[in-house]
Amino acid sequence: MTELDVARHNPLLDPRLQAWGWEIPVYLFLGGMAAGVMILATLLLARPGARSPALRWLPFAAPGLVTLGMLALFLDVEHKLYVWRFYLAFRWSSPMSWGAWILLLVYPVSLLVALASLDGAQAGWLASRLGRAGRLVEAAWAMAQRHAAGLRVASLATGAGLGLYTGVLLSTLAARALWSSALLGPIFLVSGLSTGAALLMLFPVNSEERHLLARWDLWAIGTEAILLLLFLVGLASGTATGQAAAGLLLGGPYATAFWLLVVGAGLALPALLELLEGRRLLRVTPAAPALVLVGGLALRFILVSAGQT
Amino acid sequence: MTRRYAMAVDTRRCVGCNACVISCKTENDLPSGGFRDWIVQEVHGQFPSLTLQIRSERCNHCAETPCVAACPTGASHVAAGGTVLVNRRKCTGCKACMVACPYGARWVHPDGHVDKCTFCLHRVERGQPPACVETCPTRSLTFGDLADPASPVARLVARRPHLVLQPEAGTRPQVFFLT
Repeated sequence: MTELDVARHNPLLDPRLQAWGWEIPVYLFLGGMAAGVMILATLLLARPGARSPALRWLPFAAPGLVTLGMLALFLDVEHKLYVWRFYLAFRWSSPMSWGAWILLLVYPVSLLVALASLDGAQAGWLASRLGRAGRLVEAAWAMAQRHAAGLRVASLATGAGLGLYTGVLLSTLAARALWSSALLGPIFLVSGLSTGAALLMLFPVNSEERHLLARWDLWAIGTEAILLLLFLVGLASGTATGQAAAGLLLGGPYATAFWLLVVGAGLALPALLELLEGRRLLRVTPAAPALVLVGGLALRFILVSAGQT
Repeated sequence: MTRRYAMAVDTRRCVGCNACVISCKTENDLPSGGFRDWIVQEVHGQFPSLTLQIRSERCNHCAETPCVAACPTGASHVAAGGTVLVNRRKCTGCKACMVACPYGARWVHPDGHVDKCTFCLHRVERGQPPACVETCPTRSLTFGDLADPASPVARLVARRPHLVLQPEAGTRPQVFFLT
């Protein structure tokens, strides 16, 4: 028998090992989704052929989602008046520092890509609604049109960086056994692609775009399932600490939520629905993308919370 | 020679009186509920054959510092003698260091910045021992320069069997528990 008594009596620390609350998983979810939107919208818009008006506007979702995510981050930060300190330093060893700078990079890239994807009429309409700033929008639109190819590459690279970093943030913190896996970066990236596709599918894109998104989403879901399996096998076949960490998801307190919400509702069910919809055996509904979003949010809540127990 | 501040905690002398905890709180003017050191009592075995180890724990001022690596602003840094400190004017309270620390040595001060043991560097620089060391009534705590083989702490660590907390974390802790 081993009994441990910590007489720290520190209400600031002892009742909760959980330093990070709901804000971090929400931020990781929104950041991942923004990365998915950046990558998938760029790929869709690079195709020749007809584009739906909705798809032309949807790249604006990326900076919007990142803004919401940064708001969640701001709520988590305890020393709020000192937030500007993030931008007086770059620490290569700290993923949090990489993230702070990537977020800043996302804004110009995603806004220019979004402008580039508007047609002349849409850009003119946007400029007319913005008053004096309209001229700036017109100039930026013209510039974005000229550099559309370069912007697409920048958008794919920044999107991948953003998506990967949301997982790398956790995986470098070796003190938490559940997070010490290099697979978290790729897992969060494909999950971001999947939730990004889901968000785009919730809007009235045309049927060809919807079909492509569903197909890419199926690939993302399949890859995510394989990576999650490897992640759990990697932990469970490791040291006692890793086995205990994997046990949290395989049979411990987080098992029910993980298998029901992430694997069942977030991966298996939407994959099945998308397969049936693709073969025209089922009417296309927003159910599959909605389930993917639920699964993506649940994955981040469970991993962030379980990692800190 | 480069100094390497370290502490030896004699678990055979420690009676868990909490004097180190209180003297630290007073010396460093810590807020209500905030502590930089604490007492752990670990009991092993089946009654009546029990063993008890009492440890006065604090930040291990590790030689490999995941907390400093995780800090995005450089607020967490390695200062004189390898002491790990937080510059509260650079700290955003993002808590990355708290999540990176395997020992739970860090906490959020009510003012918003992260707080932790400093080895009382302000006293050490005046030639005084840390407050906990000075107060300890059983003389279980020994502080000094590990890089100086003649120092009391280096001699204790060289002579006595000891353990460090979670060596598998790869942090090379500099607080040694003599057993």
